[in-house]
Amino acid sequence: MSAPESAGSGSKLIATVEDLLAHAREMEAEAAERYDDLADQMEVHNNHEVARLFRKLAAIEAKHIAAVEALGDGLELPELKPWEYAWKNESPEAPEVDEVHYLMTPYHVISIALEHEKQAVDFFDGVVANSTDSRLRETAEHLAEEERGHVRLLEEWLARFPEPDAGWDEDPDPPYMHE
Amino acid sequence: MTTETTPSVSIVLTGSGGAGVMTAGSMLLDAAGRAGYYALMTRSSGPQIRGGEAAAMVRIATHPVESHTDRFDLLAAIDWQNVGRFAAEIPMDGASLMVGDPGGGEKPQNIVASGARQGDLPLKEMAKAIEGGRPNMLMLGAVAAMIGLPEQAVAEVIERSLKRKGQEAIDASIACVRAGAEAAAELPPVPRLAAARGDKSRWSITGNEATGLGAIRGGVRFVAAYPITPATEVLEWLAPALKKVGGVLVQAEDELASITQIIGGSYGGTPSLTATSGPGLALMMESIGLAVASETPVVVVDVMRGGPSTGIPTKSEQSDLNIAVYGLHGDAPHLVVAPTSLGDCLFTTQWAVHLAEALQTACIVLSDQSLGQSQAIINRPADVAFLAKREKPALTGADLKRYAITDSGVSPMPIPGTPGGQYTADGLEHAESGTPSSAASDHKNQMDKRLRKLTAYNYGDHWADLSGAGDTAIVTWGSTCGPVGEALDRVRAAGGDARLIKLRLLTPVQPERFAAALDGVKRVLIVEQTHGGQFYRYLRAHYDLPGEVQVFAKPGPLPIRPAEIVDRLANWS
Amino acid sequence: MDTNTASASLTAKDFKSDVKPVWCPGCGDFGVLSSMTKVLAELGLRPENVAVISGIGCSSRIPAYLNCYGFHGVHGRALPLAIGLKVSRPDLTVVVTGGDGDGFSIGGNHFLHACRRNVDLTYIVMDNQVYGMTKGQASPTTEANWAKGKLTPGGPGINPFYPLVIALASGANYIARCSSGDPNGTAKVLAEAIAHPGFSFVQILSPCVTFRPEQREWKKVMRPSPVEPTDDPARAARRLMSDDGLNTGPLYIGSRKPYQPELKASVTDLADLEREFAV
Repeated sequence: MSAPESAGSGSKLIATVEDLLAHAREMEAEAAERYDDLADQMEVHNNHEVARLFRKLAAIEAKHIAAVEALGDGLELPELKPWEYAWKNESPEAPEVDEVHYLMTPYHVISIALEHEKQAVDFFDGVVANSTDSRLRETAEHLAEEERGHVRLLEEWLARFPEPDAGWDEDPDPPYMHE
Repeated sequence: MTTETTPSVSIVLTGSGGAGVMTAGSMLLDAAGRAGYYALMTRSSGPQIRGGEAAAMVRIATHPVESHTDRFDLLAAIDWQNVGRFAAEIPMDGASLMVGDPGGGEKPQNIVASGARQGDLPLKEMAKAIEGGRPNMLMLGAVAAMIGLPEQAVAEVIERSLKRKGQEAIDASIACVRAGAEAAAELPPVPRLAAARGDKSRWSITGNEATGLGAIRGGVRFVAAYPITPATEVLEWLAPALKKVGGVLVQAEDELASITQIIGGSYGGTPSLTATSGPGLALMMESIGLAVASETPVVVVDVMRGGPSTGIPTKSEQSDLNIAVYGLHGDAPHLVVAPTSLGDCLFTTQWAVHLAEALQTACIVLSDQSLGQSQAIINRPADVAFLAKREKPALTGADLKRYAITDSGVSPMPIPGTPGGQYTADGLEHAESGTPSSAASDHKNQMDKRLRKLTAYNYGDHWADLSGAGDTAIVTWGSTCGPVGEALDRVRAAGGDARLIKLRLLTPVQPERFAAALDGVKRVLIVEQTHGGQFYRYLRAHYDLPGEVQVFAKPGPLPIRPAEIVDRLANWS
Repeated sequence: MDTNTASASLTAKDFKSDVKPVWCPGCGDFGVLSSMTKVLAELGLRPENVAVISGIGCSSRIPAYLNCYGFHGVHGRALPLAIGLKVSRPDLTVVVTGGDGDGFSIGGNHFLHACRRNVDLTYIVMDNQVYGMTKGQASPTTEANWAKGKLTPGGPGINPFYPLVIALASGANYIARCSSGDPNGTAKVLAEAIAHPGFSFVQILSPCVTFRPEQREWKKVMRPSPVEPTDDPARAARRLMSDDGLNTGPLYIGSRKPYQPELKASVTDLADLEREFAV
């Protein structure tokens, strides 16, 4: 069984509105969970400003889940296994596990979030481009537009944070042995 | 011909290269059992795997015996090959008789030098005259007749053990027994046994088998183990027995796997056990500590042998006491118990299972080669009610803390499969929830708890077997209880007495009970089979020893003889 | 394996415990944790019927982060603990987790015999080719010329261990490799591995961002195996010995019968066992 193709060309596996909404919902849900996990990690590592930021993003994504669910009201969405989604690896909207650093700054957080919102836009644009079903295209366009809105918000947000200094990831202490 | 009889007779059967000494010895023991006697058999052999020189030392008595005595009445050699090797183990004197096949090699000078009387039995020749005859069956018949064992008993044993080989083999062996008996009439006499008066329900059993049975009676249903002399027979008996009761024995790849597998089995709710010897116990130390720290019940039987390192695998010693008590890194209080006799291997192992489960900790059972690999005719051990019973949680879910601090120190232990009981057992120090913690309060609380659960428990009367009276006391443990007990029997028969403390519970120590047992004592003799006085140092470290203290510490490989203890008491200075 | 049909199905979140992982942010093991929670939910298992057994090391911390029964044991000895548990409790789903040092160095002997014994378990090794917990020594899977380990300055100078080949030679019944950078793909493999009878071995390349940050590149270069998994050990051996260590997915799927003794009593009275001793 070969792996699904990369985000953006998932169109071949998304044939119906129900499919699309299932994907959209999972996209938001995975993102929300990931942001919450990252918030936890940052709390454990005493990077509280960043933790609070991740927590905020998690809450925002949670709201998006509700919005997508509303779109799907009355429809029966397919239940997909985690590996049956059209994207490669994980939801395009969720930061990947290795994108973070315990000394990361708020600027990094928003950059990462921004990057992933853009990927989400690309994903839905891909569905629009590769589909002939008008209802499907409409829904995909709507979702793409939503994500573009998020992109704009994040760009504004990013502007409020200073870029990190060179050496932001320098820690004078060596790693500590636990076991 | 004298009609004097004796309550106890000691015989050694020797031979080599396929002579079947061990077979003959077992048959002699079982015949004694059939005839209503008690008996004890130990064995020795050369280093060869097969065909080497072998000796079976059999003591037969009208009363239960837990030790060999100081000398042998009869040395019956099927042949004389290399028998001199066993000289130190088979003390003889002028009253003894050595009998053998004159065509079977030179009589060993070091045994001849004892002054023993001599006799000849041309076994090989005699065997040739009987169809399917074997020299060891001839000697068996001769010995049985000489000591007064009824031929009927011998015949019954032969029928039982040769059933598989068919009627011809049985007939041949019985013919040999009769021929041997006839020929023995010409030999110089040896003491004859007094009338048998054994209990109806006696058993023929080895210490290792008794250990296995005790485990199953206690509730063990999972064993993982690696073979090692002299513990292997515990496992050999358990493998089919466990299967019958719905359990299983897994032969693991090494001792590290053995101890860890039983921790896994126990974690899943199944009382679990392993058996090993000194080298294996040394390997297991880290994981025994894991059982202690994670509060997972396990029983580890150590059938001790001569140490250190590879040591003397086929001989007995009591020199693993130190590592059993002190071998875990960190402060890791746990249970150590030791059977006081071959028959007690059953009770003490069963008790160990019960204790380990009740207290959720590791219990080491210190048996030894002389208990484990000896075979004896004993009274059937009593049924005891000690069973594995683990405390289960009443609550589950958020309220449940696996390592909750309780008055007893024991926390209820959820079994996998119980909804809401999920926890991660850990060797890391932990909080009550089980989450790893390096906090001082958690370490103290958990350490206090793990100690308290052991020290607050009431072990009842089983901590030691006490007997006797007087202001002299002998303190001992394990297999040395046998010869010490026999020594005291003689002392009492001569009008004296002494207190005997046979320690069964080694850790946790019982200072109050010990003090009470020695109350009024002015002289204490400590008896142990070690080179370094391990038991003495352990007693001194944890107990007050009143009055004058003397130590009789003798390492293996030779057993301690009752006479040595009698002499030591007599020559107290 | 039990599936939950009666009550509402559980989600991945239901398999996470309240304990927050102490791994360095960026650690590949977060991806594995994500995969594990997804797969346990997907298989319809109940947390109380799953036991996760580990040794010592960063990745061995995982049992506490899951809502299942768990045992955080000693270094190198997770496999026998899991075997003892599964053989005596075949009703449980038992998963073993650990790192490359725990599994292939001190745990090497147990690894051989676990594959050989073929008990129905799944062994997940989070391989980062380093000893992270003890501050960065070379492990059995570290390349010979990795010069950053303080105990092996100049590099270990010896060939790394081939865990998948050893697993195959020792009798493992399912062998796969995954990338922690693809948690969903990994979840798929884990689902198959857990469902497959016998001993399943899954090596997950999981970067250590603190001691081997260059391993972040792994997820970019790892790719699904160009061929279907084989059931022919000889073919599998050739592939596993000659691939570059970056092919993912199931690589060998065997059909050996798992080791599981029947735990059925044939006697009910212990007196039966004692008969042989009567004189």
